[in-house]
Amino acid sequence: MQEHDTSWVRTEMALSQQAPAGVRGLGAWIRKNLIASTGDTILTIVGIVLVAMILPQIINWAFINAQWTGTDRTFCATVAQGGIQPDGWSGACWAFVNAKFGQFMFGRYPIDERWRPILVAVLFVVLLVPLLIPRVPRKGLNAILFFLVLPIVAFILLTGGVFGLLHVETPLWGGLLVTLSLSFVGIAVSLPIGIVLALGRRSKMPIVKTLCVVFIETVRGIPLITVLFMASVMLPLFLPAGVTFDKLLRALIGVSLFAAAYMAEVVRGGLQAIPKGQYEGADSLGLGYWQKMGLIVLPQALKLVIPGIVNTFIGMFKDTSLVYIIGMFDLLGVVKLHFSDANWATPQTARSGLVFAAFVFWLFCFGMSRYSMFTERRLDTSYKR
Amino acid sequence: MATENAVSAEEIKVNAAKMHISDTDVAIDIIAMHKWYGEFHVLKDINLKVMRGERIVICGPSGSGKSTMIRCINRLEEHQKGKIIVDGKELTNDLKKIDEVRREVGMVFQHFNLFPHLTILENCTLAPIWVRKTPKKQAEEIAMHFLTRVKIPEQANKYPGQLSGGQQQRVAIARSLCMNPRIMLFDEPTSALDPEMIKEVLETMVGLAEEGMTMLCVTHEMGFARKVANRVIFMDQGQIVEQNTPAEFFDHPRHERTKLFLSQILH
Repeated sequence: MQEHDTSWVRTEMALSQQAPAGVRGLGAWIRKNLIASTGDTILTIVGIVLVAMILPQIINWAFINAQWTGTDRTFCATVAQGGIQPDGWSGACWAFVNAKFGQFMFGRYPIDERWRPILVAVLFVVLLVPLLIPRVPRKGLNAILFFLVLPIVAFILLTGGVFGLLHVETPLWGGLLVTLSLSFVGIAVSLPIGIVLALGRRSKMPIVKTLCVVFIETVRGIPLITVLFMASVMLPLFLPAGVTFDKLLRALIGVSLFAAAYMAEVVRGGLQAIPKGQYEGADSLGLGYWQKMGLIVLPQALKLVIPGIVNTFIGMFKDTSLVYIIGMFDLLGVVKLHFSDANWATPQTARSGLVFAAFVFWLFCFGMSRYSMFTERRLDTSYKR
Repeated sequence: MATENAVSAEEIKVNAAKMHISDTDVAIDIIAMHKWYGEFHVLKDINLKVMRGERIVICGPSGSGKSTMIRCINRLEEHQKGKIIVDGKELTNDLKKIDEVRREVGMVFQHFNLFPHLTILENCTLAPIWVRKTPKKQAEEIAMHFLTRVKIPEQANKYPGQLSGGQQQRVAIARSLCMNPRIMLFDEPTSALDPEMIKEVLETMVGLAEEGMTMLCVTHEMGFARKVANRVIFMDQGQIVEQNTPAEFFDHPRHERTKLFLSQILH
């Protein structure tokens, strides 16, 4: 039998080559991701057909056929409807949104005083942007300005009545101004209260724990509309005669407490995910309860539940629309209010207004969502080997 | 006369020293301590007096209450009967006193319990800054000193997740040392480590022992016990069954349970 020689030595080192043409480039990507199997191919075709059917119509309606300018309903109505558009025309009436833009933003806020909400918005952005960018220094000062000084300045500017500013009653507020005021206060108040409630619910002190559980379960068990009704209609019954609350303030309290109850459960989920060893590590170093929670447990717990927190924020941002039920007009409320404007009543008005409102809501929610994803990645210190 | 006087003076000194020992040189005094988990009687009649500078190794089969006992010393576990006096302070429900004790007692855990969201340096400076109110710069100097001692100063700005188990455990030791503790508790510090990393952690602990740190160490490293312990304590079924010097303990165990245990682990 012939002996098999297993010894071998390489005489020349192999050079690096390009991967074969079949596995790189666009063609390979398509083969791998779009038409790898019969099922894949069918799905791809169905998907393309669906997009091809829907997208052109949307683009046509929203951009190509859209009426961008105009001063009244005739610009957005067909000849048969008493307008200037050809019969059978279907396009967005952006002229309506354009004409009502100020109303959508500020509601019935006096036109001469609109510089005040605009100034607040500018301050808001100027303070918020550096707070969101991790590289910018002086976060502490920035946070104090944003969370303590800005609300006071905004309150003075928006309501007025001092420093020669005209007093603008909150029933005159409306549109995006109300949506953002409610959301900002709701977000800024619900997170800290939610954290305290979550800690309280996990507390060993029976009374604190019971109070927190009762609050959370009660508020979570009631629809927001009911909470708003109670805040607006029933709360005055419990107050001494003569004491009145601003309606906006009542809505603010209602929305904030409602969001806080949800936030508490989100935060509790995070707290439960922190291993016991972290508590013991902190205890063994002699850290007190608040130091342990504030420095060790909460930073980790909150990081874990960023998606849940932002989810609650987004939910609350959209839920502020429900204040129409107590006679306040947020963005959606104002948009709906103007459907009935005889000067603009056409079949396209409502659609255009709703699409605009949806787009504004989407813009803010998408922004929050993207920022939360960025934060999640930034705070990730787990190194997977 | 002169010599007699000298002797008596010596005696006085010795007596004074003894007085001194009985007063302030007791680091930990556990007196008739019992602990229950609900109905389950985990620790029964524990009596243990630890002198300052003593190195004690506690061993025993799993479930014998070793960890529970050591965790009672800094009140990570509550005892229900008897007394535990640490550094002259009795552990009761008084939270302030518990924090005082914890400040003076360092603890190293089986699973390190480093804070994953903080860098190594921040792990080490956190407690000095917030508990001892040490200025940040000084706390960082102290931290670097101890990180150098455990031979990983170059890892200071990494996160725990980037280090090996042995390195993490050394950081955990450095983190405890930064609080300048008078007593160190080790709860199976090498049990979660790869064989190659056990040595580096044990070396650090031997170094500490040589400096005269009061140490209580739950461990199965019998080589370590022989080398550094003044006393080995053997526990079974929630009680102390036998205690002796390492030489006597390993070579002439007296209790049947101890003999059985040693025959199982020493080959």
